[in-house]
Amino acid sequence: MPLADTVMYEEEFRQIQEVLGRLRQESNARAAFLIDRNGQQIAANGENLESMDSTSLASLTAGNVASTDALAKLIGEKEFSILFHEGEKDNLHISIVGGKIIMVILFDERSSLGLVRLRVRKATVELNAVFEAINRKQEEDRAKGGTAESPFAEITDADIDSLFSS
Amino acid sequence: MTFINYASREINCKLVYYGPGLGGKTTNLQYIYEKTNPDAKGKLISLATETDRTLFFDFLPLELGTIRGFRTRFHLYTVPGQVFYDASRKLILKGCDGVIFVADSQEARMDANVESLKNLVDNLKSAGYDLKTMAYVLQLNKRDLPTALPVDEMTKVLRYKDEEIFEGVAVKGTGVFETLKALAKLVLVELKKAK
Repeated sequence: MPLADTVMYEEEFRQIQEVLGRLRQESNARAAFLIDRNGQQIAANGENLESMDSTSLASLTAGNVASTDALAKLIGEKEFSILFHEGEKDNLHISIVGGKIIMVILFDERSSLGLVRLRVRKATVELNAVFEAINRKQEEDRAKGGTAESPFAEITDADIDSLFSS
Repeated sequence: MTFINYASREINCKLVYYGPGLGGKTTNLQYIYEKTNPDAKGKLISLATETDRTLFFDFLPLELGTIRGFRTRFHLYTVPGQVFYDASRKLILKGCDGVIFVADSQEARMDANVESLKNLVDNLKSAGYDLKTMAYVLQLNKRDLPTALPVDEMTKVLRYKDEEIFEGVAVKGTGVFETLKALAKLVLVELKKAK
């Protein structure tokens, strides 16, 4: 495989959740999401998350960011670092954390673009540190020859078949 | 690029349906969507033109069950097949774990199949992948059409390595799940090797 898999560990996940929760509170936002560039949701925090189709939100956001990035390169820009979608009631603020992760803030009239931008900037610094820690851990694991607790090291054909039995 | 979340015990893989325009990629996804238990699937999203041609991608999340306590999810994407959407195809290939090539069996579409397969190889290369080493299966779709070429003739032209080949009639569902299963297996086996 040419690219390393993304791995999320318990401790860092907790830290990420904390940062997201605080960001959402301090920015008065409805929800905050972290998504990887391939459209997989990493973490989410918000009101009524169950009622939201966060899987679709993740894949559409990633497609949105990917096409905007390609547009930027087309006109000679490195990237458009922030995307803002303004609706009648709800708005989306999309930004990049540490070059790899997409952060989405969903907010309504209880907040403002200025406040969201301010809080996002602060949270981005904190999240950068967490993702750096994850990268370090992943590299250490790889140097050791793989994660000891990898769930797939002992996977059998029967395990795989059972996925498709229903 | 598989995403393994030890905290929420989830594993997510990205599978991409590739192939020439009007070959049946979206139809594969629609059939999977129709036949899957509502608990196991999310919404099918199609970013299509007014005439139902794929503009950017179709997306279908599928949750198949658990392996060793990890919820296993597959995110299925299709690319837009029309030649001029190449920039979009490159974006969708990024981070994918496996590819299904949906070939159109009609004789008149053989050139389009060949061109699209070459385009897949080139686009993978520019994203840092090699189709030779990647999880990959080939589906020969539209086998029910009277103009369909014989399977061995198509195999001779389109087989890229030792990939499994499936005959399909995606509108009726023939071969759709078989193709998906074969690729999902390859991706999981690849994960096992990677560790």
